[in-house]
Amino acid sequence: MARTSARNTQRLALIFIWGTGAVALSILLIIVIYVFVRGLPEIGWSFLTTPPRGGLSGEGGISAPVVATLYLVAITMAILIPLGVGAAIYLAEYAPANRITGAIRYGTEVLAGVPSIVFGLFGFLLFVTALHLNFSILSGSLTLACLLLPTLIRTSEEALRAVPHSHREAALALGATKWQTVWRVLLPAALPGIVTGTILCVGRAVGETACLYVTMGGSAGMPDSLLSSGRTLSMHLFYLAMDTNAIEKAMATGVILIAVIVITNAATNWLSQRFRTRMMGGA
Amino acid sequence: MDAKMETRHLSFYYAAHQVLRSVDLKVKGNQITAFIGPSGCGKSTLLRVLNRMNDIIPGARAEGEVLLDGKSIYAPGVDVVELRKKVGMVFQQPNPFPKSIYDNVAFGPRVLGMREVSLDEVVERSLRAAALWDEVKDVLRKSGLALSGGQQQRLCIARALATEPEVLLMDEPCSALDPQSTLRIEELMHELKQRYTTVIVTHNMHQAARVSDWTGFLLLGELIEYGRTSDLFSRPQDRRTEDYITGRFG
Repeated sequence: MARTSARNTQRLALIFIWGTGAVALSILLIIVIYVFVRGLPEIGWSFLTTPPRGGLSGEGGISAPVVATLYLVAITMAILIPLGVGAAIYLAEYAPANRITGAIRYGTEVLAGVPSIVFGLFGFLLFVTALHLNFSILSGSLTLACLLLPTLIRTSEEALRAVPHSHREAALALGATKWQTVWRVLLPAALPGIVTGTILCVGRAVGETACLYVTMGGSAGMPDSLLSSGRTLSMHLFYLAMDTNAIEKAMATGVILIAVIVITNAATNWLSQRFRTRMMGGA
Repeated sequence: MDAKMETRHLSFYYAAHQVLRSVDLKVKGNQITAFIGPSGCGKSTLLRVLNRMNDIIPGARAEGEVLLDGKSIYAPGVDVVELRKKVGMVFQQPNPFPKSIYDNVAFGPRVLGMREVSLDEVVERSLRAAALWDEVKDVLRKSGLALSGGQQQRLCIARALATEPEVLLMDEPCSALDPQSTLRIEELMHELKQRYTTVIVTHNMHQAARVSDWTGFLLLGELIEYGRTSDLFSRPQDRRTEDYITGRFG
């Protein structure tokens, strides 16, 4: 009797687990399919190569938002990576284990959870207003770098901490200085983790809207310098959906965004896989 | 005979915990010295004092003197990097870097600023000295982690030899290895004796008896007895040494 009921529970649990998995997956698929079915027909050469008309008109393509997105991601990463990895090296290798370090680490964790619009407000007050950078790609990049800094610091610090202690000892015993140990042993060993963290940040940068809405302006024109106002693809999607009737174009922009995210994630997996086999001696 | 390294009234502390108690010891040049003793007796700490590897542990502190060729290695102004170049180390777990075999061996010479052109020669010489050359000469670009455990340990020995140390410290170098690889390493230690002063820590008394010329027995941070290996194992002077080597405890 007891055995049968255990078997029934097992069967029920299995059905439940499969069910939840199926529901979660279908929701995702439905969204993606819906966006693709409505958006894909809009996509063509001219859609990709003409700038949007802007304003309340839904006319035009997405060339300017594509360029602005590329600028934004490039500048953000140029600011973010040295700061984030540098801070991670400090926290993982140099910071003494005391209260101040603990406070810094705790602060980083809290900042990672702060809503992005709060960072946007900060960026607006500091970069846009106080530093007179106005609504610009540069203001947006600086704000975005602040937003993503905690994430990159944490992933990089974890990657550095995961490097076995024996590597540090081995390097020091060979007469390496602390910096040589960091530069020649720890960073290369932690690189897969750092690269993964960086690409995740790229994904978030591409998807971010709230903090850019209040720092980048949102001009539909082709940016001609870092001090130009601009809109990223995500912001463009938002404007199209809210200000115009060009819902199909919003969907088409969504298709491009989804494609970019899929490619970034695939690149992350591929890279970390490749690093891992090379490090572990598979190659 | 002249002492290559020497400790005088050496005491060692991890914060308030005393690990070594006034150890006096002379390590003879071009000989193999072994430290034996039960777990926690301080033998690894004593070994790691000799190249100041304990410096990286917060709260660790040495008292007394440690000399290399008659000069204190704990004196202010001593360059730790320079010291570790002269006193190399091989660890318990084989710990090659996740780099190629070549880059592993070339690591030491590179951080010490050796020019790239002369590296090939150093790498070959070190791998030959560690009896690994014939097995890896065609796969030098392969990751060091792709080797077997015993090969990895010989790679680590080659890596330590590449900086041309005068003293080689080995912290239980065979405890993670199978008997076959252990034998290889022990043979290797005999060959290396010609050129290097070797200090080995082992929990395996038979290994100490097989490979070393001098043996020190430590217990609770004290150097109970120190002498020629043949004497120490056949005619221990101290009751505690006798109890340990006859297997009555530890």
